[in-house]
Amino acid sequence: MTPKQEWRSIGPLSAIPQRGARRLGFGIDTKPIAVFRTATDQLFAVIDECPHRGGPLSEGIVCGTTVTCPLHHWVIDLSDGVAVPPDEGATMTIPIRVIDGEVFIEMPRHMPGTGQGGAGER
Amino acid sequence: MDQLTPFTPFFPDQPDTRPRLVVIGNGMAGMRTIEDLLKRDECEGRDPRDRYHITVFGAEPHVNYNRIMLSAVLAGDKTTDEIIINPRAWYEAQGITLVTGDPVVAIDAANRTVTAASGRVARFDRLLIATGSKPLVPPIPGLTLPGVCTFRDIADVEKMLAAARSHRRAVVIGGGLLGLEAAWGLKQRGMSVALVHLMPTLMERQLDAPSGQLLQRDLDKRGIAFFTNGQTELIFGTERAEGVRLADGRSVPGDLVVLAIGIRPNIDLARAAGLEVNRGIVVTDDMRTSDPDIFAVGECVEHRGQVFGLVAPLWDQARVCAAQLAGDETAMFETRPVATSLKITGIDVYSTGALMAADDADDEITLRDDNRGLYKKVVLRDGRLVGAVLYGDVADGPWYKQLIENRTDVTALRDRLVFGQAFAAGAVAGKTGPDVGAMPDNAQICGCNGVSKGAIVAAIRSRNLTTLDAVRAHTKASASCGQCTNLVAALLLQTTGPIGEVRAPGICGCTAAGHDEIRAAIRTRSLRSMTEIQAAFGWTKPDGCHKCRPALNYYLLCAWPGSYRDDPQSRYVNERVHANIQKDGTYSVVPRMWGGVTTPGELRAIADVAEKFNIPTVKVTGGQRIDLLGVRKEDLPAVWGDLNQAGLVSGHAYAKGLRTVKTCVGREWCRFGTQDSTSLGIRLEKMCWGAWTPHKVKLAVSGCPRNCAEATIKDLGVICIDAGYDLVVGGNGGTEVRVTDPLVRVATEAEVLEYTGAFLQLYREEAHYLERTAPWIVRVGIDTVRRRLIDDAAGRRALHARFLHAQQFCQSDPWAARVAGEEAHEFVRLPARVEA
Repeated sequence: MTPKQEWRSIGPLSAIPQRGARRLGFGIDTKPIAVFRTATDQLFAVIDECPHRGGPLSEGIVCGTTVTCPLHHWVIDLSDGVAVPPDEGATMTIPIRVIDGEVFIEMPRHMPGTGQGGAGER
Repeated sequence: MDQLTPFTPFFPDQPDTRPRLVVIGNGMAGMRTIEDLLKRDECEGRDPRDRYHITVFGAEPHVNYNRIMLSAVLAGDKTTDEIIINPRAWYEAQGITLVTGDPVVAIDAANRTVTAASGRVARFDRLLIATGSKPLVPPIPGLTLPGVCTFRDIADVEKMLAAARSHRRAVVIGGGLLGLEAAWGLKQRGMSVALVHLMPTLMERQLDAPSGQLLQRDLDKRGIAFFTNGQTELIFGTERAEGVRLADGRSVPGDLVVLAIGIRPNIDLARAAGLEVNRGIVVTDDMRTSDPDIFAVGECVEHRGQVFGLVAPLWDQARVCAAQLAGDETAMFETRPVATSLKITGIDVYSTGALMAADDADDEITLRDDNRGLYKKVVLRDGRLVGAVLYGDVADGPWYKQLIENRTDVTALRDRLVFGQAFAAGAVAGKTGPDVGAMPDNAQICGCNGVSKGAIVAAIRSRNLTTLDAVRAHTKASASCGQCTNLVAALLLQTTGPIGEVRAPGICGCTAAGHDEIRAAIRTRSLRSMTEIQAAFGWTKPDGCHKCRPALNYYLLCAWPGSYRDDPQSRYVNERVHANIQKDGTYSVVPRMWGGVTTPGELRAIADVAEKFNIPTVKVTGGQRIDLLGVRKEDLPAVWGDLNQAGLVSGHAYAKGLRTVKTCVGREWCRFGTQDSTSLGIRLEKMCWGAWTPHKVKLAVSGCPRNCAEATIKDLGVICIDAGYDLVVGGNGGTEVRVTDPLVRVATEAEVLEYTGAFLQLYREEAHYLERTAPWIVRVGIDTVRRRLIDDAAGRRALHARFLHAQQFCQSDPWAARVAGEEAHEFVRLPARVEA
């Protein structure tokens, strides 16, 4: 039996600016993915949609391990995807890791690079 | 039998001989009485814990909180934590036994005990009943359906918030204070809200018909649907509430039905205990019930036939009751005029005393301005003021209330009374509210808490208070509804003086340091990076937050032009990407059109780009240029590249910087034009473009005083006249419209440019980040600006020179730079395609 998940390379760590983010060219079930790099080189990946109105979190200002959504300034903790109170809601987090300066993200298997990833397995 | 856990006496080796005081009700009135009681003893130098062994029973599971602010919690302006008055630790420190979530179910007056729902029994020597009120519920079918609730306590608010998350439509029944605040709160939470009110106009007990109609009009504009003259017949629904039906056959759909038609004193316990009750628990002037050891305060009482629903008289009752409990038998409660205000942001309502003339002998004087949404009415009787209703501008409310309370003879003021204190006193003075210096010491500043000017000033002086929060903590002034905050702040400023220690609030939660302090340190201590500033002021978060980082980045950029390197990661997305993000994540692109002038070639290039990249919307902006909306982020560099080819550059429509210079056609074409306003506009734009400023800046040049370019609502406007140019500054056409202040009249274009550069540089160097020129000028005063720019010619030239110096580092087209590959990672998704 093949595993349901696979680690997929998204390029070198240097491609992501410190205290910044990049959006990926593929997503999970049509949902876009954002990868973040903090000032101290911690990496996070989440679905790139604010739980409030779906704003692109990858465009927000990154402070510590949080990002502020550019649309209405909700603050999302990247470590668990949960909005900082009093706001409520969460966006999904995705496992991410660095091996020898190359960044990998864990994706559902059987996934063409089209944003339809994983759907075929369900 | 006392089943309470044994109280640990304050002196453990001695038996606890203190009399027992039991309080039924952990709400605002009861706990204010206890606070006042403790404070009395503290002032007299005795340990407040010595007088009574106090036990408090609360029906709700919470510590006591500011019930008035529940509407702010509902609207999302406050959290429940923020409205707590005393935390559990306070009760502990005061030696008070607090029992929450366990309502008292019986009072045995003969045996001096109370029994709670859990079976707990407590003995008392003195009893204070502060059971408050219950929401009035109409006798209609459907009350028990899920989705029906009242608006009284935290549990109700939680129910409403849950409904707002899962459902769409709400119906509020009741158009009084509470109903309107509930409706507004639910609207703020994203629900579509209808409000049903029995009477023809809203808040009819506090407002007369014209002001009630203005209120309805304003709330209607904000999206609340009103059903006045509406008698609710039933709530319908099967699984849960689905709406209400009115007696006239109208039906209003709603998944949440909030009943807010009024309150009724909660007297059941007192009645069962044999105490005298009528509409409320009957109390005499000393707040005693028919049993002299049993007191009552708050919304549950009836005093001289009157019951109470506003907070101010409750505080008076608490003070009297505390004095009586402390043995001061001279303290007596008397009702004073009360004032009502509504806590809906941006809607100002104030009413006190009589709403209208009682008979022909009374006079009503009204001032009405429908365009501005302004209404004022004063009611006079025998040469004295007996009532005031204000809508739209309520700054004079406390003054009117004071005149009523003091029974001041206002015959001499009669003609000017309705225009307010400043005018009536013959002074033209400040535009920003009443003159606090002119108020007598007994003038009431905070109506909620009954705090006078004298008490506030005394507290500021004796305790050396320097912040609004400290004044609030010590006097409670402005601590309840907050409407008098400006007055309290004005008193603080007046008492400590402008050079006093009035501290501006910190720039964000990461530091206590304010904007001015940080800017001064950047210059005097030569701080050249964010890290240095954060270290100098002890930032609590090493990485800062989305508020301070852009501010610090701007301050550094302004202080060290040419050497500080702009930090894109500390800029809001629009400024980082050089386009405006839209709600769907696409961007808009606005090329610069110098002075609003374009050419066929430019228009052709814009048209070509729009077609080539399938840009869905092309719109003319208010700043005389063209907006391309709906551009995909990945397309931005290519779009810019094509626009650059035609000579078009960034219009900085996204920047906290110079946006546009709006012009009219001027002398070149217009028969009224006095100068070449178009060319002057272009010269100004060429000088100023690319400048980063604390907030956006808009300029305009009008060719004659007809002012077609609307220069008088711009940050800086030029109005051409035959003899030269009038410069006006500090205007704004946004949320708060402000007309410019005149700055200076000059004779030549060169002077226009010099003054403009100097003005912008002064604004750049001294305004706070995100402060437009209008509030900045209101804060520092136009006289300060005139002194720096007109009286000090050398200073003006130096400012102008610094402006031009800074400009050499920012006048390069950011679009062209990105077309050439700068910040390329912004516009490409990962993983990037590997070049072959």
